Amino acid sequence: MTTHYLVLSALLFSIGAVGVLVRRNAIVVFMCVELMLNACNLAFVTFARQHGNLDGQIIAFFVMVVAAAEVVVGLAIIVTIFRTRRSASVDDANLLKY
Amino acid sequence: MGETITFWVLAVVSVSAALGLVFSRKAVYCALMLGVVMFSLAVLYAVQDAPFLAAVQIIVYTGAVMMLFLFVLMLVGVDSSDSLVETIRGQRFWALVAGLAFAALVGLAIGNTIVGPAAGLAGATQAAGGNVPALAQLIFSRYVFAFEVASALLITAALGAMVLAHRERVRPKPTQKELARARFFSGYAPSLPGPGTYARNNAIDMPALLPDGSVSRLSVNRVIARHDVDDDHFPEDAKLADAIRQAVEEEGK
Repeated sequence: MTTHYLVLSALLFSIGAVGVLVRRNAIVVFMCVELMLNACNLAFVTFARQHGNLDGQIIAFFVMVVAAAEVVVGLAIIVTIFRTRRSASVDDANLLKY
Repeated sequence: MGETITFWVLAVVSVSAALGLVFSRKAVYCALMLGVVMFSLAVLYAVQDAPFLAAVQIIVYTGAVMMLFLFVLMLVGVDSSDSLVETIRGQRFWALVAGLAFAALVGLAIGNTIVGPAAGLAGATQAAGGNVPALAQLIFSRYVFAFEVASALLITAALGAMVLAHRERVRPKPTQKELARARFFSGYAPSLPGPGTYARNNAIDMPALLPDGSVSRLSVNRVIARHDVDDDHFPEDAKLADAIRQAVEEEGK
């Protein structure tokens, strides 16, 4: 049964990665990153159960804490970019390119 | 048996919701799909002897993080639809190939490992008397430093968000007197008509009329106008319909 959970986690992670590569709206890209973090959490919880050891659950808890902090800062950046560029598309924020 | 059924139902639901997240055009649908994925993962945690994480997942993710996403979406992106233009040629195709290759790689790696029966968490939680006390003992002993660092991180993130979202006022806030003065000197109608004075409709999708009978361009709601054009739903008055069409055309430029 553990293998099933791991495969599900890998699937969700890959779908999230494809979303990050494909989507252009910064907020949706961000949601896909959250999906990848969630998939990793599922793997952590599964390994905790597999090894009979609570450390995996603790790590998943810390991942959630870091993800919450990351969302707050990331969304603030998106709002700031939107204020100056009037757009939430990742294509428009290319000032650092040259 | 019960776990198997729960797993398969939630696996199908979460994978299809994740696909919906990647492929739906509208950002609000994406947010809802992400909520579905997070909720099913919470149930999967509960099934896997992690009731505390299931609760935290619902409170932090579906509660706080999703609300934050929706707030920002309402603030920013509801009417900014995703462009379908590929800025890098073949990006979609190669992204899909990379995703499939990655999934195959990880899937094969998992399939090749020999996994014995799960040890289960009964042994680990028994001594402390339950999942939550056992987690608390670990957090406040072995992981206490990481816990303190996490609190510092949260404070830093809150400060960072405040600094980023803060806008410095470059000129003093105009007073009511200055606003009135500017309006009188602008050469425009000295007072704006109150709502409904010249209107023949009070619905929000109807453009307002100015004192001379012309349509006020300011009153056309861009989002609603675009829906009107998409659904071919125009007011009967040709003047109002033209104003809506013009607003959409100008936005497209």
